[in-house]
This record gives sequence, structure tokens and C-alpha cells, in this order.
Amino acid sequence: MLFLIVIAATVVVTRDLLKATMLFAIYSLVIAGFFANLDAGDVALTEAAVGAGIGTVLLLAVLSLVPRYEHRHAGHSLPALVIVTITGAALVYASFDLPAFGQPGNPVHQHLAPYFIEQTYADTGIPNLVAAILASYRSIDTMGEAVVILTAGIVVYALLAAPPRQRRRHGKQDRS
Amino acid sequence: MRNNAILLVVARFAIPLVMLFGLYIQFHGEYSPGGGFQAGVLFASAWILFVFIYGLDTGLRVIPQRVIYALAALGVLLYALIGLLGVFLGGRFLDFYPLLDAPKAAQQTGVILVELGVGITVAAVVMLIFLLFVQRRAATLAAGLDPDAADAVQDDRE
Repeated sequence: MLFLIVIAATVVVTRDLLKATMLFAIYSLVIAGFFANLDAGDVALTEAAVGAGIGTVLLLAVLSLVPRYEHRHAGHSLPALVIVTITGAALVYASFDLPAFGQPGNPVHQHLAPYFIEQTYADTGIPNLVAAILASYRSIDTMGEAVVILTAGIVVYALLAAPPRQRRRHGKQDRS
Repeated sequence: MRNNAILLVVARFAIPLVMLFGLYIQFHGEYSPGGGFQAGVLFASAWILFVFIYGLDTGLRVIPQRVIYALAALGVLLYALIGLLGVFLGGRFLDFYPLLDAPKAAQQTGVILVELGVGITVAAVVMLIFLLFVQRRAATLAAGLDPDAADAVQDDRE
């Protein structure tokens, strides 16, 4: 846990984007280890494959298009700092009203979860609960996700299809 | 990177294993952790590793760009068509029970096919995004706009 906090703090502080990307990969890997420790195999696999693997590769691909070092912004906005602090404090205060973390009697565990845990195998014959819920009980949801992924691909295509020279010029005009 | 013997040997060993593991996760998703999304990502990562080692031209000869475009749409279409198949066989949209006589086998078949659709789409889109960034990098360099060089100029200005 301490390791995670140290990595996160370093990512915030560093100006070297390559270093930040690699630290993110390590962060994802550590988190994946935590999930595996908690017996959440699906989530651990996803975090390791997407967060540590593909996410890093795609971030590196982005880095091949932008300068390696982050530009330092001059000055800070004091009102923004105040607003963020107040909002954060309010959220922390609101979290005291939540039921105690991880208790079996919490409302979230009372309605659907017992049904899924008890009935999924009888309904579908699929041993992996997560896969059954994703693909069978909530398959329209998952179809929406597939469409979202396709849309993401199309959007990246649309963004990168513009010729580079013109976009650069626009950027320079904005900066000057 | 063709001259780097260690990378070549390790990649030749690792790429088939990663692809095999991706297929295992794809088709074993109902029994063990995994499913279409993770499998698609793994499969795409194997292809990206292949591109790192052998270059983009070879990678595009294995899976042409048009095929990637087609696969991205095909996965979603497969998903939706399985849903519509349930409608034509007398059920509701994405109802897997009409597909086969035995209800559990029908559910499993439906889930496997639907997850295959997700896997195809995810793999194709991840490959596509990577491919687009690589081509964009090449186009930027060809236009004489090296981002690192631009960075050096700006540092001088500061």
C-alpha cells in the first residue's frame, strides 16, 4: 500500500512523461497483485493486461507524438485550490454516513448479489459468475460496451487522420 | 530490431504463447477468470510485440489494415446478430435459450459467441489505435516536425 502511495506521488511530481508512464505500469501491476490476492481473478487479469500491458504501450505511442518533458506552468490558481479543498472535505464528511466497509449486512449485499450467487449456475450452467453476469444477465450492457470500444477506435481514427502540419500551425498560433 | 538475437529468440518463443493464452482466456472465460475483453487485449498485445520486433510492414502483411477495420465492426455485428438470432428463433433480443434445446448448453453457446464478438472488436480496436499512432508518428516525422526537436527549441526559448 505504501508502495502505491509512493509511486502515485512520484507520478504527480515528475515532469518526465516517460518516467510517469513506466511508473503507471508498475502501479497497475501492483494493483493487479492486490486484486489477485483478494481472489478477484477477472479484475486482476484485466488490470494486468489492460493497465500494465496495453495501456502502457498506447501511452508510449502517444509519447512518440508529443515532447518527452512536461512544460512547467507558471503560478497556481488559489480559488481553484480552495474549491477543491472544500469539495474534498465535504466528500470525506459525507463518507461517514456510508455503512461500514465490507460488512455482510450492508444494503448493497441484500438484494441482487445473493440471487446471483445462488442462482447463476442453476440458471445458466456457467461456473464463472462474472462471465455469466456480463454476458448473459446483462448482455445488452456488454453490447453497449463493445459499441463504445468501436466508437473509441473510430474517434482516434478521426483525430489522427488530420494532416500533422496544419494542426501544428494551429497550435503555434494558440500559443503566441 | 532484426539484428538483436536475444529479442528475436524470446519473441519467437513468447508471441505464440501469448496468442495461445489469449485464445485460452477467450474460450475458457466461462470457467476461469477472463473473457472476450481480456482475450482481445492479450491477442492485440501479441501482435504489437510482433510489430515491435519485425516492423510494421511485416505486421500489416500478417493482418492487413482493411482486415483490422472490418474485424472491429464485425465483432459488434456478431454480437448483435447473435441477439437477433434469438429474436428470429422465438425469444427476445439477446435471449440465448432458443438457440439450442438444452437450456444450459444454449446459454453457454450464446455466451461464448457473444464473448467472441467482444474479443474480436477489442483486439481489432487496440491494434487499430496502435497502428494509427505509429502511422501518425511516421507522418509527423515525414513532415519535418520531430516532437523532441520541437521540445528542444522551446527549451531554448525558455
